[in-house]
Amino acid sequence: MIDARQLTKRYGEKTAVDGLDFVVKPGTVTGFLGPNGAGKSTTMRMIVGLDAPTSGTVTVNGHHYARHRAPLQEVGALLEAKSVHPGRTAHQHLRALALTHGIPRRRVDEVIELAGLGSVAHKRAGAFSLGMGQRLGIAAALLGDPQTVMLDEPVNGLDPEGVRWIRTLLTSLAAEGRTVFVSSHLMTEVALVADHLIVVGRGRLLADTTVSDLVRAAGGDTVQVATEDPARLRDVLAGPGVDITGRAGSEELQVTGLTTREIGRKAAEHGIPLFELTARTVSLEEAFMDLTRDAVEYHGSTTGTETPETAGRTA
Amino acid sequence: MSTLTATAEAPRTAPTRPAYRVTGRRVLSSEWAKLWSLRSTWITLGLGLLFLVAFGLIAAARYRSMVGTPRMAPDFARSTAVSLSLFGTNFAQLALGVLGVLVTAGEYSTGLIRSTLAAVPRRLPVLWSKAAVFGLVALVVGTLGAFVAFQFGSGIVSGTPAAMGLTHAGVVRSLLGAGLYLGLVGVIGTALGALLRSVAGGISVLVAGLMLIPGLTALLPSSWQDDISPYLPSHAGQALFALTQDATTLSPLAGLLVLLGWTALALAGAAYRLVRTDA
Repeated sequence: MIDARQLTKRYGEKTAVDGLDFVVKPGTVTGFLGPNGAGKSTTMRMIVGLDAPTSGTVTVNGHHYARHRAPLQEVGALLEAKSVHPGRTAHQHLRALALTHGIPRRRVDEVIELAGLGSVAHKRAGAFSLGMGQRLGIAAALLGDPQTVMLDEPVNGLDPEGVRWIRTLLTSLAAEGRTVFVSSHLMTEVALVADHLIVVGRGRLLADTTVSDLVRAAGGDTVQVATEDPARLRDVLAGPGVDITGRAGSEELQVTGLTTREIGRKAAEHGIPLFELTARTVSLEEAFMDLTRDAVEYHGSTTGTETPETAGRTA
Repeated sequence: MSTLTATAEAPRTAPTRPAYRVTGRRVLSSEWAKLWSLRSTWITLGLGLLFLVAFGLIAAARYRSMVGTPRMAPDFARSTAVSLSLFGTNFAQLALGVLGVLVTAGEYSTGLIRSTLAAVPRRLPVLWSKAAVFGLVALVVGTLGAFVAFQFGSGIVSGTPAAMGLTHAGVVRSLLGAGLYLGLVGVIGTALGALLRSVAGGISVLVAGLMLIPGLTALLPSSWQDDISPYLPSHAGQALFALTQDATTLSPLAGLLVLLGWTALALAGAAYRLVRTDA
């Protein structure tokens, strides 16, 4: 359980996190979505007390993170992958963290196996690939058998097998009743595991919703209709739960709440000729893009007028 | 939350939730394990010990080869077995001070500090533990080096005017003082590393404080010099391990107190920054 209230972080002039209010509940996977620079990492750093909020508070299981007797047992966090001294082995790194809490050596071996690091446990972390470093970070996050697991961009650098491992891991952690909070800038990745979504842009809360509600809010399933007589078709189609939009003077209408079949039948009953009748399903990706369009820090361009440098920053 | 759920959920959750807890002693043991699990620790401590012993022996051998000859500078002629054996302190303090900087600043340069402070979010126990663990190790290495250097150095100069045994008045105090000085330099190094959060910055300030500033005081008017110079960390340290004191130096006890003051100041700065600034 993570509870953020009016959480704000300013670095000089720049506001990284701007009055965030949200609650992350146990037993489900909550996705934390937003474009790069939206304040996701800063928010996560504030949750585990690495950054102090400029104003507002965030608590974990009812207390500030630093107030807990065994912080690693409350929240296991993967922040940036390389939070490790390259000169220590995976085992030495985890052992040093375990010692602060009196976590037994047995548990260190357990999380090493769990993260699939058994064969490299006694290799120096400096020689690890990005994916192995990520697995070591996840092993560290699970070390204290925490109630809340918080991972910042966990699939970065993982191979397909690793990505699938993360998905299974997250779902099983949530099924055990834990709070799982995962950030990503990729909607598609989060949609596969998350039930709940917290979407931020430029430090502000854009949506605190579920995957299905987000799609519905973004237009859900719209039907595009083109007709000779849009005004008459509007009257014919109007009804409870039906929403019709269209520009004045245009032949096109966007209808939600009716299927193509229903629209075609009603138009035929009233003798209104249709030129087009297309079902448009808004993808999750589109819904996310719509929501965050104004909040993207760096816009790419396909017109080719920008230098490769600025275009590359979106990647 | 725990009080609310204790009755309802305790039977189910108790076996799966061991009672972990962060304690000062555990943070100490974690820092102890961290120190010895890095190759750089072994190498730098070895270098410190080598400098301390080797330069002491070289100084003693040089004294022996020159003693009684007219080439010998009057200052050098007044050397004792203690001053010759402890000649390497200047070099050993660099090795131990630099390792102290690495112990703290190295966590920032590698990103490990995020893991460390997530495990110990109260933060200050990490600084105290690092300073205590490394200070103790530097003290042991420094004391050991000082006694080994004296053992062999006094052997080399036996039969010369500098000859001296362990039983000679003040010798043991000097050798222990040298170990204490090196231990405190180690603590100052850890504090500087935590204060500046940069390996390069920490080493620069350390070298400046121990070696450059004492040289620069020579540029001051001599009346000021006498007021400032004895209170610099390196001069206060020398008072701690020099066999004899003169009018311009502090007594060993005063030297120790001044050095402790510098150490406390550096630690206070490091603690302030650790608690106040985002990691």
